[in-house]
Amino acid sequence: MTRKQRRLTLIAAGLAVLGVALGLVLVALRDTIVFFRSPSDIVALDIAPGTRLRLGGLVQQGSVVRDSAQDTSSRTIRFVVTDGAAGIAVRYTGLLPDLFREGQGVVTEGVLTPDGSFLADNVLARHDENYMPREVADTLKDDGLWRHAGEGDGS
Amino acid sequence: MVVELGHYALALALGLSMVQCVLPLWGARVGDGAMMAAARPAAVATFLCLLASFGALVHAYVVSDFSVANVVENSHSLKPLLFRITGVWGNHEGSMLLWVLVLALSGAVVALSRSLPERLRALTLGVLAMLTAAFLLFMLLTSNPFMRVEFPPFEGRDLNPLLQDIGLAIHPPLLYLGYVGFSISFAFAVAALLDGRVDAVWARAVRPWTLAAWVFLTLGIAMGSYWAYYELGWGGWWFWDPVENASLMPWLAGTALVHSAVVMEKRDALRVWTILLAILTFSLSLIGAFLVRSGVLTSVHAFATDPERGAFILVILVLFIGGALALFAWRAPMLRQGGIFAPVSREGALVLNNLLLCTACATVFIGTLYPLALEALTGDRISVGPPYFDATFLPLTMPLVAIMPLGQTLAWKRGDLLGAAQRLTAAFALSLAMVAMIVALTHGGPVLALAGVALGFFAVAGALSEIVTRSWRRGASLASVWRRARGLPSSAWGAAVAHAGIGLLVLGISATAWEVETLAIVRPGETINAGPYTLRLDSVSSLGRNTYKAEVVHFSVTRGETPIGRVTAEKRFYTTRGMATTEAGLMTRGLGQIYVAPGETLPDGGIAVRLYWKPFVLLIWIGAVVAAFGGGLSLIDRRLRIGVPRKSRADSRMLSDNRQILGGG
Repeated sequence: MTRKQRRLTLIAAGLAVLGVALGLVLVALRDTIVFFRSPSDIVALDIAPGTRLRLGGLVQQGSVVRDSAQDTSSRTIRFVVTDGAAGIAVRYTGLLPDLFREGQGVVTEGVLTPDGSFLADNVLARHDENYMPREVADTLKDDGLWRHAGEGDGS
Repeated sequence: MVVELGHYALALALGLSMVQCVLPLWGARVGDGAMMAAARPAAVATFLCLLASFGALVHAYVVSDFSVANVVENSHSLKPLLFRITGVWGNHEGSMLLWVLVLALSGAVVALSRSLPERLRALTLGVLAMLTAAFLLFMLLTSNPFMRVEFPPFEGRDLNPLLQDIGLAIHPPLLYLGYVGFSISFAFAVAALLDGRVDAVWARAVRPWTLAAWVFLTLGIAMGSYWAYYELGWGGWWFWDPVENASLMPWLAGTALVHSAVVMEKRDALRVWTILLAILTFSLSLIGAFLVRSGVLTSVHAFATDPERGAFILVILVLFIGGALALFAWRAPMLRQGGIFAPVSREGALVLNNLLLCTACATVFIGTLYPLALEALTGDRISVGPPYFDATFLPLTMPLVAIMPLGQTLAWKRGDLLGAAQRLTAAFALSLAMVAMIVALTHGGPVLALAGVALGFFAVAGALSEIVTRSWRRGASLASVWRRARGLPSSAWGAAVAHAGIGLLVLGISATAWEVETLAIVRPGETINAGPYTLRLDSVSSLGRNTYKAEVVHFSVTRGETPIGRVTAEKRFYTTRGMATTEAGLMTRGLGQIYVAPGETLPDGGIAVRLYWKPFVLLIWIGAVVAAFGGGLSLIDRRLRIGVPRKSRADSRMLSDNRQILGGG
């Protein structure tokens, strides 16, 4: 093999790997990314049921209800996520993160059901310095609902 | 007073680092030996100043000097001493000081190390000092840890409870030693480009630094992962969080660099690529620092509204990465091309390794930065989570693990693929047998996990077989085989051990497919199962400490009917910050762990409990530590051989024994 051929082999191998990787990335970005939506977005955008998304906002005061039928193997909780303008009912089965409480910000991931409620399979706890998930904080700031919540770390 | 001295030492270090930057670079240009030599004392003095400065900040934390803003915001006088000290780097300003301290430490070590060509050392120190000066400027202008407050409060605001853990004492310093260690490789690369000369001496000088940085980064990431695992109460050990990715990217590029540096040192090939990789690895460390430190991850908006710090780091980033890459574009064509090799050879396998590692790194890069870019451009907020990384990262890294034993078996320059495959038959057969056994025992499992198990065993067995084939001779006694194995260069052992460590890591990751998770409400006296284990909630007690209150949940564990011990978990409430945390209860059984995390308490006294049985989970971190240990072994070898051109006696004996493997080496 000449030097040129060797180099061509290397370059071809490189391009092949990069091509495969590019394909993987594009497919993955199309299929696996999850959009973050606020309750108002969901009302306004008319999103098809079954779409996987992240819903974030504040847990509405007094909206947290635990299913009374308490069998010890699983547990379901219902609450309303609101951004002040709209509220979406969320159903979630599982353990809640330490940071979850009424009036606090929350991000849930799951699918929209045909009746317009949200079936969450994950309530997120981030290892973040602040209570507020950043998407929620940004949304609240956009909507003018942000109250300074004791986070002096940004400056 | 001490605080002012610390502040002054910080400013003095800036001046010294400027001296350390300008003199040697200018001296190298005009060929003035005295000016070049000035870099060494300057580097040591910079380090000592920063050490004093760091000491002053630690002192302020230890005595709880609440006239310092940084101490007020991140400490509390009732905190245990250890957490008061670790709190120093549990915040932005303090961690920047630690970063610069480690940077100066690496400069001092380069200055004091023997057996470096004087000119290369001077240039390297100059480049390092440029970095130190830039970060010191950043600290003094935007993030000064020694700022006083006008009206000192009586009590501090306490450290984020998640950080009040022994993990904070170990994780950031290790990580910084890794990140910053790559700055030495970077400085060496830029020095080589400035000099327009790069050769095997350069490669031999730079490889130990790269390897040491890699070892620290590996340990740092593993430690961080274990910390997140037990502290966050979710049982996960890797979240593909941007902050984690920021450390994974330099690790991937650094792993590639460690390997390409071998090719350059042994075969004098891949020169231009190695230089580029050294630049890229540290650039990724800088990008990681930017992501974590600029606040861009917390909120793109926060960055836009409070741009001072972020913009400053961005300028540093652009200047250094852009400058180094421009220098590379200008000078790289002048570097002489090195040795040639056939595609099927040790070099060829290492090129493939580099290709896969760098591509995997690129997919992580895209996955981490795409959401930020999209939000900045369109305002759409998306999350790129584990599904993305599973779909892109795994298909690239699984072949990498598969070719790992093969590459090690191939000869330099021109390899024999068939012969290499034959030598690995036993390892291959063993891994298939193990998979068959696991299928029989567990009645199947996810295909991906089984593939992972096969890969893991193949990597471990392949690494062992590498040592065995190099020491075993037909008819030789066991004792002579052992002697021969002992006589192998420690870099050969290092590579084998590191690869076996990666194999263990893959096994541990694959085993997560067999973990069992149970969620339930338990009241005292009730039980909950996971896998073969049963936990009974015995009692709940409360506990008051200086800075938090806790509910301690006591469980007793049985397997079948046999009691095997007790485990306690805690729910803590930190009063100063009003923050709740979960301290998971852990019980180690062999290589697996029982992991129990209490959730909220219901009005009727029931406690929501999340229980896992995680078989072989410890292999994840054991694998990483073993890999790092392998890197350390390899490092010992380098230190013995650096600056010693002649081969030692043991080495030459090995050479004759291993003509086939060392080939033209």
